[in-house]
Amino acid sequence: MTDYNERPDSEELSDDERAILSELGESRRKFLGTVSATTFGVLAAQLLAEQEILANYRVPEDAVFAPVAEENAVSVTLNINGTKRALSLDSRVTLLDALREKLGLTGSKKGCDHGQCGSCTVIVDGRRVLSCLTLAATCEGKTVTTIEGLAKGDDLHPMQEAFIKYDGFQCGYCTPGQICSAVAMLDEAKRGQLSYLSENIRGKARAVKLSDDEIRERMSGNLCRCGAYPNIVKAIREVHTGTEVAETWEFVKEGVNDAAV
Amino acid sequence: MKYIGKAMSRVDGVAKVTGKAKYASEFDVKNVAYGYVAQSRIAKGRIKSIDVSEAERQSGVVKVFTHLNAPKTKSSDDDFFALQSDKIVFSDQPIAFVVAESLEQARFAARLVKAEYEEEKPTSDPRSAPTVDSRSPKMRGDAPAALAASPVKFEAEYTIPIEHHNPMEPHAGIAFWEGEKLTIFIKSQGVQAFQGHLAKCFDIKPENVRVVSPFVGGAFGAALNPHYITFLTASIAREIKRPLKFNYTRRQMFTGHGYRPYTWQKVSIGAEKDGKLRSVIHEAVGNTSTIENFTESPNGFGRTLYECPNYHTPYKIAKTDLPTPTWMRAPGAVTGAFALESAIDEVAYQLKIDPVEFRLINYSEKDPETGRPFSSKALREAFKQGAAKFGWEKRKLEPRSMRDGNWLVGWGVAVGTWGAGQAPATVRIALSADGNARVGSATADIGPGTYTVITIIAAEFLGVDPAKVKFELGDSDLPNAPMQGGSITTASVGTAAQGAAMAIKTKLVGLAQKDANSPLAGASVDDVEMADGTLSLKSNAAKKVAVADVMKANGMTEIVETFTSTPNAERRNYRTQAHGAQFVEVKVDEDLGIIKVTRVVEATACGRIINPKASHSQEMGGVVWGIGMALQEETAVDHRYGRMMTTNFATYHIPVNADVQSVETAFVDEEDKIVNPLGIKGMGELCLVGIPAAIANAVFHATGKRVRDLPITLDKLI
Amino acid sequence: MRPFKYSKATNAAGAAKAVAGNKNAKFLSGGTNILDLMKEDVARPDELVDINGIASSQIRSTPAGISVGALAKNTDTANHPLVRENYPLLSQAILAGASEQIRNMATNGGNVMQQVRCLYFYDTAVNCNRREPGSGCSAIVGLNRTYAILGWSEHCVAVNPSDMAVALAALDTKVNIQMADGKTRTIPFTELHRLPGDAPHDDKALAHGEMITSFEIPKNKFAANSYYVKVRDRASYSFALVSVAAALELNGKTITTARIALGGVANKPWRAFDAEKFLAGKAATKENFEKAAELELKSARPLEFNEYKIELSKRAIVRALEKAV
Repeated sequence: MTDYNERPDSEELSDDERAILSELGESRRKFLGTVSATTFGVLAAQLLAEQEILANYRVPEDAVFAPVAEENAVSVTLNINGTKRALSLDSRVTLLDALREKLGLTGSKKGCDHGQCGSCTVIVDGRRVLSCLTLAATCEGKTVTTIEGLAKGDDLHPMQEAFIKYDGFQCGYCTPGQICSAVAMLDEAKRGQLSYLSENIRGKARAVKLSDDEIRERMSGNLCRCGAYPNIVKAIREVHTGTEVAETWEFVKEGVNDAAV
Repeated sequence: MKYIGKAMSRVDGVAKVTGKAKYASEFDVKNVAYGYVAQSRIAKGRIKSIDVSEAERQSGVVKVFTHLNAPKTKSSDDDFFALQSDKIVFSDQPIAFVVAESLEQARFAARLVKAEYEEEKPTSDPRSAPTVDSRSPKMRGDAPAALAASPVKFEAEYTIPIEHHNPMEPHAGIAFWEGEKLTIFIKSQGVQAFQGHLAKCFDIKPENVRVVSPFVGGAFGAALNPHYITFLTASIAREIKRPLKFNYTRRQMFTGHGYRPYTWQKVSIGAEKDGKLRSVIHEAVGNTSTIENFTESPNGFGRTLYECPNYHTPYKIAKTDLPTPTWMRAPGAVTGAFALESAIDEVAYQLKIDPVEFRLINYSEKDPETGRPFSSKALREAFKQGAAKFGWEKRKLEPRSMRDGNWLVGWGVAVGTWGAGQAPATVRIALSADGNARVGSATADIGPGTYTVITIIAAEFLGVDPAKVKFELGDSDLPNAPMQGGSITTASVGTAAQGAAMAIKTKLVGLAQKDANSPLAGASVDDVEMADGTLSLKSNAAKKVAVADVMKANGMTEIVETFTSTPNAERRNYRTQAHGAQFVEVKVDEDLGIIKVTRVVEATACGRIINPKASHSQEMGGVVWGIGMALQEETAVDHRYGRMMTTNFATYHIPVNADVQSVETAFVDEEDKIVNPLGIKGMGELCLVGIPAAIANAVFHATGKRVRDLPITLDKLI
Repeated sequence: MRPFKYSKATNAAGAAKAVAGNKNAKFLSGGTNILDLMKEDVARPDELVDINGIASSQIRSTPAGISVGALAKNTDTANHPLVRENYPLLSQAILAGASEQIRNMATNGGNVMQQVRCLYFYDTAVNCNRREPGSGCSAIVGLNRTYAILGWSEHCVAVNPSDMAVALAALDTKVNIQMADGKTRTIPFTELHRLPGDAPHDDKALAHGEMITSFEIPKNKFAANSYYVKVRDRASYSFALVSVAAALELNGKTITTARIALGGVANKPWRAFDAEKFLAGKAATKENFEKAAELELKSARPLEFNEYKIELSKRAIVRALEKAV
C-alpha cells in the first residue's frame, strides 16, 4: 500500500524521544535529574502507548483512496529548526498545516485557524508570526523556529523552564504558541520596540525594561482559555529580569488574620 | 505528609513545553484521510434534495456522505447524531461529510455541496419559545406567603446569554478499524464513556473499542459527551476502510458540542430589617433544543448556602431550534450565583449592611434542606481570611465613593459553593523491585493537573520519590474511572490511588512477615512505615527490611494491586460542599465605561489541597473565566435565522492577558474526615462560581449602576 | 479555500498587470486578511499574486514629509525612527491594532485595504450586499451593536476596522497608486475609502489590479500634541468600538490647527472636519472639546443597538484631545 502522506522524517524519533523509550523499556534508572525525570515520565508513557497502539496497524487492501493529483503544486525550500526542508505542496497549504500535517511537527497548534488566538505562533526570520495565516508557498528561503526547535537536546530553553517553574499552562494547548511568542517578544523588548502602552514614543529605540502591564499587553495576541495568564507573566518576568517572582497563593489557618470583619 | 500539600511542577510539563504532548489529532497514523463537514444554512425544516456531484468531482475527494448514504447508529440514545435523516433541527447542522486526501481538498469540496430545503421559521429566542416544567426540589416552607409578610422586599430579573466553552483545542479525532476492532484518538473527558457510546452505536462489544486521549487541550465540559464528532469519525472510517481524521473548525465548535444555556432568572427576596432572610423565590428559565431536554440547576445554587426557612426554586426550560446545551464549567451554579449573589448584594445595599456581614447574618450552620451537618464548612473563616488579605475593612459602603484618579473604584464580594462529590474509581499500581511504580487509571487530565496529583498521592503512600512514579491515563484499556467533570477526579481517582498503594503495602508487610525472623514480625500494617524502599516499624525505625529484599525473597520482580474506591456510606449523614469567598476590585473609566478587574482574592475552603501550585492555577482559571463571563462573553443569536453569529474569537471575546491582573489565593485550612480518607473536595468549578456576581457587585459599587444582563459591556455603563 | 494559482511578482507594474488580467486574481501581501476570508469562502480568488518581493517597503524622509512604503510591515512602520519622532500618532494607532504577531505580518497597504469585520459579511449562510451585491444587508436590523453611526446607508452599516487608517486620515496623507497600465496616480487618503452608498462591495477607490505603492505624510507640527484613543470590548487584541486620532498644533493655549479622525463609527475613517474647523483658533479647553465633539456627532444616526456610540464618540474625542494637549 502506498503511503500518500509523505512525511520526510516523522517516523524517526528524535534523540530524546529515543532515549526516553529505551529508558522506559529497559533500565528505568533516573537520567535527567529529579524534576526532569518525572516530567519526562508522562511523555515516555505516552510514546510507548502510541507505539504499541500503532505498531501492528496495516491499511487493508480494499481501503478507499482517491487518485492523487497535486493541484497548483508549489515547491518551497525552507529551514525549519536548523534543518533544510524541500517541499512540494498544494498552493493552499498554510505553514501551520505544512508543519502539522506534512512534517509531523505538531507542536505548533491550531486553535482558530484565523489569526485570532495565537496558538500557531512560530518564529520566522526572528519574528513571531501566525503560521495559520502564512501560506507555506511564501516561505521560500525563510528560517522557521517552532516549539520543537527551542530546546537544545535535553536542555530546555530558559522560557520553557520558566513556564514549568511558574505553572504557565494547564491544558498545554496554547503553550507552544505562548512560549514562541514570549521568546520573540523579549527580543523585541531588547531592540526597544514599542507597544500600545509605550509612553515615550518619540524617544530613540532603547532596550525596554518591561512592567507586568507591558508584558500583558505584548502577550495579548496569545489566548489561554485555562487562564494561566498571571503565571505566564511571572515566567516571562523571571526570564526577562533574571529575578525570581513570588508566589501568589498561601495556606491560611484560623487565628492568623483575625483583624478584618 | 512528604509530598501531599507541597507545590510540585507538573509531571507533564516537559511534554507540554516542548510541543511533544500529543493531542487527539496529532497522532501519526499513516494513510489517513481528512474529513470536513458541510453544514445547514437553515435552522429548521428538512433537506428536500442534496447534490454532492460537484464536490465528488474535485481532485482528491474520496467520497461524500450525506444522510442518504451515511452509516446509521444502532444506539437508541437520544443524542444528536449527524447525517441520520433529512430533518434539520439547528443551523449549521452537518448535512454532508466530505472525505479527501488532504484537508485543503476536503474543505473546498465541502463548500460545493448544494442542498435544497423545505424551510420552516425557527424559534431560537427562549423568550418566545414554548417552555416545559423541569425538575426542581420541593419548596421549603411557604415562600410566597413568607415573602408577602416580609418587612423588606426585593425583586429583580437577571439574564445570561449563551456562552461557549471555547477550549483552545478544537475537538478532533482520528479513527481506524482492524476488522471489528475500533481504535479512536479523540478529545475526551471520559474515554470509557466514549467507549460505551461507540460500542452501542456499532452494537459491538466495548472491548472491541479502544478510546485514547492522553492530552486534552481544554474542555470545561465540552468533551463530556461524545457529540457528533465521535460517531461520525468512527463510522466514516469504517466505510472508507482506512484511518480518518476529523477536526472541528473554531466556527463548528459553536454548534458541535453544546454550550451554557441562555438563562433568565427572577429573584424575589423577603427579609427582616436586621438582614435576616425570610423568603427566597429564585425562578429560572434556561433554553434547550427541540430534540433533548437539557437541564442543570441554576436556581438551586443558594438552597444550602443561606439559613432561610422559606425557599422556592421553580425551573423551566424553553425549547428552541438551537443545538442542545451542555455542562459548562460550574454548570448551573455560576448562572444561579450571578443572579442570587447579585440580589443578595442589592438587598444588603437596601439595608445598608456590609455585604460580607449580610452573608454572615444568614450563614447556614447546617444544611437548611435536611438539617444534617456539613461534613466541614470553613466559609466563615474564608470570609475572614479573604477580607483580611483583600483589605475589605477599608471599603466604603456607598457606591461611587472610591476613586483612583480618573477611575472609579469598586469592591465586590460573592460566595461560591460546589458539591464535594466522589464516584467509584479504580487504580492499578505495579511496584517493581527497583522502586519504580507504574500507575494507571482511565481518567483524564484536561488541564487541572491530574497527572501530577495522582503521581503525588501514589508517591506519598508508596513511599517513593514522585520521579519514580509513572501515571498513565486517557486510555479506555486502563482500569475504570469516572469522566473528568464535576470536580470529582482527585477525590475519586486519588482515593483509589491511595487505596492501591495501601494494598501494596499490606501485601508487602504480609510477605515480609512470612519470614518468622522478620524485623516486622507481629506488627500490624499501621505500625509499619513504607518509605524510600524500606518497610520499618514506626516505633523503632531500626527494625526494617528493604522492599526489594521482600520481593526477592518471594521470587517477585513486581507487585501489582488494583483498588476500587467508592464513596463511603457515612457521607450520606452529612452535606458535603466546598465553599469560597471571592473578593474583586474593579476600576471603571468614568467617561468611557472601560472596566478593568484589577485585583481578585479567592479564599477557598475545599478540603485538603494536594498540589497548591496547580490548585492556585485552577483558581486563576476560575477568575479568568469569571472575567469573561461577567464582562465579555456572549454567543449572539440572530433570531431571524435561528443562527449563532459570534462564532469566532474575533467576535466571541474571551479574556486576553491584558484583561487579567492580580489574582491571589488563600487556601483555608479545612480538615474533613467524612468526604474521603484524604479529605479532598475539588475546586475546578468552585473557583469560578461567585466571580461574575462579585464583578457585577464591584461594578455597582464603583459606578452605582446595577447591570443585571451579562455581559457587562461598556455600553451598559455610559 | 478554492484552488488558486500562486505566483510572485517582482515589480509593482508587473503585479498590477497580472492581477488586472484576471478578474478573480488578488494581491497577496501579509495575508492576514485575505487568507482569513478565503478560509471562510468569502474571498474566492483563483489566483494570488505575491507582492512581498516588490521593493516598496522603504520608509524615508522626503522634502515634503515622509514616504512610507505600502509593503513595509506595520511593526517596522510603528517603530521606524522617522515615524516615532515625527508622527507618534501613527505609531500609536498601529500599535493599538491586532497583536504583535499580526503587525509583524501585516503590511501598510494591506492594513488600509482590509475588509470590514461584519458578522454577516463573514457568514456565507446569510445575505450581505458587500459579499453578494443586491442580496440585502442583514446587519441593518440585526446584531448591530458594533456597527456604524455615521455615513451608513440602507445597503451597508459595517465599519472600517483599521486603526492605522484613522491616523493616516488625520495626518492628511496621500496615497500613491500603481495602475494596471503601468502609470501611477496619487489620491488623498480620505478618498481611498468610500461610504457604502448603494455599492458597499466597491468601497475603495482602487480599480481591480490597482495597487498602493506608498503613503506620503506631509510635515506637520503635531508631534508634541497628538494622541490615539481606542475604546474596545477587552483590553487588547480586539477591534475598536470607537477610536479617535487627535492632533493639535498649539500656540500657547490656543489651537492653531486641529486634526481629528474617528474609527469604528463609519465605513471609512471619519475625518471630523466640523470639529476641526470649530477648534481652529479656540482655546484648548475641555468645554471647547465638548462643543467640537457635539458638533461633529450631530449628523450621527444610531441603529437599534448602537446608540451608545454617539455619546461614547463624543467622550472619546474629548479624551483624545485632552491627552493630546
